[in-house]
Amino acid sequence: MNNTHIQVKNLNAYYGKQHALKDINIEIPKNQITVIMGPSGCGKTTLLKTFNRFFELNENVNLTGEVLVDGENIYDPNVDVTEVRKVVGLLAQRPTPLPMSIYDNIAYGMRIHQMKKDRAAYKKSVRHYLEIAGLWEEVHKRMHDPATSLSIGQQQRLCLARGLAVEPEIILGDEPTSALDPISSQNIESRLLELKKDYTIVIVTHTLRQAKRLADHVIYMYLGEVAEAGPAHEVFTNPKHERTKQYLEGLF
Amino acid sequence: MKFQKKHFERRHIVELVIKTIMRLALFIVAGTLGLILWTIISRGLPSLSWEMVSQVPKGGYYMGKDGGILNAIIGSAYLATGGTLLAMILSVPIALYLKAYLGKSRWGDYVRLSLDVLWGIPSIVYGAFGFALMVLLGMRASLLAGIIVLALVELPIMTRAMDEVIRRMPSDLEHAALALGSTKFEVAINIITRQMLPGIITAILLAFGRGIGDAASVLFTAGYTDRIPTSLMNPTASLPLAVFFQLGSPYPEVRERGYAAALILTIAVLLVSFGSRWLAARLNRYTIK
Repeated sequence: MNNTHIQVKNLNAYYGKQHALKDINIEIPKNQITVIMGPSGCGKTTLLKTFNRFFELNENVNLTGEVLVDGENIYDPNVDVTEVRKVVGLLAQRPTPLPMSIYDNIAYGMRIHQMKKDRAAYKKSVRHYLEIAGLWEEVHKRMHDPATSLSIGQQQRLCLARGLAVEPEIILGDEPTSALDPISSQNIESRLLELKKDYTIVIVTHTLRQAKRLADHVIYMYLGEVAEAGPAHEVFTNPKHERTKQYLEGLF
Repeated sequence: MKFQKKHFERRHIVELVIKTIMRLALFIVAGTLGLILWTIISRGLPSLSWEMVSQVPKGGYYMGKDGGILNAIIGSAYLATGGTLLAMILSVPIALYLKAYLGKSRWGDYVRLSLDVLWGIPSIVYGAFGFALMVLLGMRASLLAGIIVLALVELPIMTRAMDEVIRRMPSDLEHAALALGSTKFEVAINIITRQMLPGIITAILLAFGRGIGDAASVLFTAGYTDRIPTSLMNPTASLPLAVFFQLGSPYPEVRERGYAAALILTIAVLLVSFGSRWLAARLNRYTIK
């Protein structure tokens, strides 16, 4: 693959003695939506969390192998983990607004990275990212209200805007619509489809229909291993592995 | 008849007995609190006067003559505020360090254990320790020494109370900030303190309450004087000791004033308590419920 953005090499991950990821070798293409699928407990979320070094936030974990972002191993001891997380953003399963106003939620990330020079520049960027997330119209008159005053669907778009504001290159989504109602889910999905022209997107999902709507590239996992990976149309129409076939047919 | 109450079934009797015991226990506690308040109000209120809160003791005050306990009111305000501020300067960083960096590690447990042990040490021991230290340094009883010892008394309470509050911080929230590339320090300062501010204020208040009411630790270290301190090196009076000395008096009118001093102390604690609750509620606007 020419335009590989994330490359995983011989990745093994352990929770205590439990071997959660077994010898993963995959490539994730740039400016596409890659969907990680598989039954519960197969290691989808674990794999996703190795991409922004969130895996190590769990206690008693161990990891071997490499994750290369643009050819640079993010597990190298000389890597600054905050820089990794700035480049690799995360949209969590449930919306988690920060305990501050709507405005500050977006500005927070830019402030800690000191990305802008003055208040006006922050203000402009906050508006810009709220517009991208399709939230500006709904919130521009109440920027100083607490973020929790928004609906759950709005909160998730706020989290999306907040993540984009630190100018990442990659967006990870950990079942980002599973806590939302159908209309809000659809809203987030259409944002992601728009965003893929500028960002590489990796989504974990357990709904097959969502995977089919979004995926350009699919990784199918089973019991901690990558059972199948490839372009979406190939995996969906002509799965090579028996497990994938059964999963797609809804057998388990 | 299917739903008829069966009063004499064993499990219903057990419930009734246990419920009665629980109510009795509640009544004893509430009743004791009521009695305490009634005692200090009924005995202290008649002697409470403007003179008492606006003047320092004059000659013969301790034999029932004119004057007040302004020296002790101001002294206690200085001591407890100073002690609480000093304890805060140490507590907040410890509590945040415990959360953000030590977490559930073995070292975190050691720190918590030592704080719990410190919490259990009676304040007279802190007083004696402070006094021994003062002798060693050639210091005399002073406001400064009182503040330092009170800070030591308050520190474990404040830190552990904050720690218990901060531990309940939802990890989702922390992760949300980490995902944006925050350092752990930024998470501690920007997210944890904001989210947990009401709890942190409660912890500070709890420590302040113990500080302002503590007599044993300031007995040797701050001393007692009829004058209002004008420097950190002056000895100073305090409300708990004002209560203690006056209640021990053979003169009935002085004893009554002891109750009045206790009433002032109680009102002061109540005012601070309500004030900080009001403040916490106002700062609560952005916290995630």
